[in-house]
Amino acid sequence: MEQAFFLFVAVVATASGLAVVMARNPIHSALALIVCFVQVAAVFLLLRAPLLAVIQMFVYVGAVIILFLFVIMMLDVRKEIRTPFLKRWTAVAVTIVVLLAAEMFALLLLGEQWQTPSFALKSGQMSSVRELSIALFTEFLFPFEIASVILLVALVGAIILTRKETN
Amino acid sequence: MVPLSWYLTLGAVLFVIGIAGVLLRRNVLIVLLSLELMLNSVNINLVAFSNTLGGYQGQIIAIFVITITAAEVAIALGILVVLMRNNATLEVDEVTILKG
Repeated sequence: MEQAFFLFVAVVATASGLAVVMARNPIHSALALIVCFVQVAAVFLLLRAPLLAVIQMFVYVGAVIILFLFVIMMLDVRKEIRTPFLKRWTAVAVTIVVLLAAEMFALLLLGEQWQTPSFALKSGQMSSVRELSIALFTEFLFPFEIASVILLVALVGAIILTRKETN
Repeated sequence: MVPLSWYLTLGAVLFVIGIAGVLLRRNVLIVLLSLELMLNSVNINLVAFSNTLGGYQGQIIAIFVITITAAEVAIALGILVVLMRNNATLEVDEVTILKG
């Protein structure tokens, strides 16, 4: 049952990921990416990480993609793009992609340790938000503070970047 | 039970799709969207390992990845708006202002 659900989610995620890359219109790309992110949230639920699934929905679907859609609608992307793919260096790029894919799938399919039963996923309850937050606020307090400073820098930086010169 | 290798394969497939978008597309918006896809596939791997090994570290690192992604998107879209205002192009091979 769970495997069937995972296969369904994985197929939809792969198809919408391909749609992100293949679509001509950036708006279609962004909408396909929303579908893909919802599937990834379902994968997080399958992995017993409900907090991450919720964060995925809120932050990615609710904030990041909506920001993208705002910017796409603000900029003028209506002019027909005749050549959506790069003209030069295509052979080099395709070679890099194929080599990388071959390497990753060779490691995944030939690697012994991913199939051993000792790595079998634990069944049972979801991981609790309480323990996750205790770890976040004790063991990972310093990275947490650094992340908040980075968010502040991004906030101020985005405002300063897009401000019009007033002189 | 879904084996770990399935999750890793899904992550690898999404990563390859994302890197194809980054390397092959001309529109800078779609390049950024493909970048988001790559970051998400890494998150799948992190959470899968976190679940398999029975700790919280992977999930916490995934939360940090999401945080940094939000910051990166804000800055990148700001740069894009300024670029569009100055240069009026969205094609990655026509943005050559840094070239002396």
